[in-house]
Amino acid sequence: MARLLGGPPPAAGAESFGAHQDRLGALPTALAERLIPQLEALNLLGRGGAGFPVGRKWRAVAARANGKGVVLANGAEGEPLSMKDRTLMAARPHLVIDGALLAAHAVGADDIIFYVGIEHRAAESAMRRALAERSAELRGRARLVQAPRGYVAGEESAAVHFIDAGDPRPTTTPPRPFERGVGGRPTLVQNVESLAAAALIARGDDASTGLVTLSGAVRRAGVQEIALDAPLAGVAAAAGGPTRAAQAVLLGGYFGAFAHIDDVWALPLQPRSLRARGLPFGCGVIHFLAEDACGVDATGRIMSYLASRSARQCGPCLFGLEAIASATRRLAATSPQPGDLDRLMRWSGQIAGRGACKHPDGAAGLLRSALTVFADDFAAHARRHCVRASAPAALALAVA
Amino acid sequence: MDEHFVIDRIRCDGHGLCAELLPERISLDDWGYPIIKAGAVSPQLLENARRAVDACPVLALKLAPGLER
Repeated sequence: MARLLGGPPPAAGAESFGAHQDRLGALPTALAERLIPQLEALNLLGRGGAGFPVGRKWRAVAARANGKGVVLANGAEGEPLSMKDRTLMAARPHLVIDGALLAAHAVGADDIIFYVGIEHRAAESAMRRALAERSAELRGRARLVQAPRGYVAGEESAAVHFIDAGDPRPTTTPPRPFERGVGGRPTLVQNVESLAAAALIARGDDASTGLVTLSGAVRRAGVQEIALDAPLAGVAAAAGGPTRAAQAVLLGGYFGAFAHIDDVWALPLQPRSLRARGLPFGCGVIHFLAEDACGVDATGRIMSYLASRSARQCGPCLFGLEAIASATRRLAATSPQPGDLDRLMRWSGQIAGRGACKHPDGAAGLLRSALTVFADDFAAHARRHCVRASAPAALALAVA
Repeated sequence: MDEHFVIDRIRCDGHGLCAELLPERISLDDWGYPIIKAGAVSPQLLENARRAVDACPVLALKLAPGLER
């Protein structure tokens, strides 16, 4: 079976168009019309973070595009703990291009935009070189746009806003991009891994693998392709096992959720089965938090990062996240103000659904999970002491 | 058809007049931004709801028929 990172190891660099075709065969574009029902039958969920059903998204654009739609392949990857999109683009650019081409056929789009994070240099040059290897016909309707830095620049309305107006901030929805996107045209904004998965599905694959980025207390951190029915224990073992005993796992990145290690150790990482337990697969981030690391401190760092990355347009996000970050940091430093923990609990239920985009929702979800999983730690910190051996530096943060 | 509040979160500046005019459905968070109760606006409250919509200085609040969003 073909795989997302099948073939030579990703470290060997970008696969050429020739090698890609030798390995996987030509792209069956004639089958593009049949691809939407296939995506629906396999229930492929988007791999960018939100986990929206890919087939349903394509169908919604196809119903409106009339050959004039836009495909926006989203490789912004602003999540600090994720590296899988840049790894995929750098190693298998032609698979991403194949997926975008198929999507354009299937939804009726004549414009393809590869939106690649400006800091992902290797990915960008691999994508540019790969596009240069393709036909003049494809090059004529495809272009690469550098996504600016920032956590929300990859949010779909922000991506459309940036491409149209140079402003990478989310816009009020509706209309959503599938209704009115780039240049006012119906636009399919789809994560690059989801597109690559579609390109494999068109060749008979069953999309039973996914890319994850491992970090924290695990021997071999980095990007791995996993069988989605594998339990977390197996994924950790494949990464050389834990470096220290872990107490919790952060699933799905900064927009995701913490879970007790015991609750998820034997659990398959299949996005649908995680979701059934209220856990996110998100963009495939799996971060192991060591037993001696402080969950309150880790939460404070994440909240500070998310607050700093607010697009600062909506009050509940701008002021709410800042207040949450400050209170969490005070608790982490075991010097809270009276009522900080109670306020955190209240705020964690108040800011979701109150922004133009889902930035506050993601932050609130992470906070709620932390308040549950690290309940004893938060209570200890509210009494001004920490029970963990090595409080700081649990999470290496990319605060650029 | 049922009327629901729709709020443009980017426009909203937290003036708070809506919560003053319709405390039955709208409260304010710690920073002065509206928290709107889910569900359709009941017929008895519609008149005050329209008043709240008209009072918004930045036109961020609307009433729209149909599904909540």
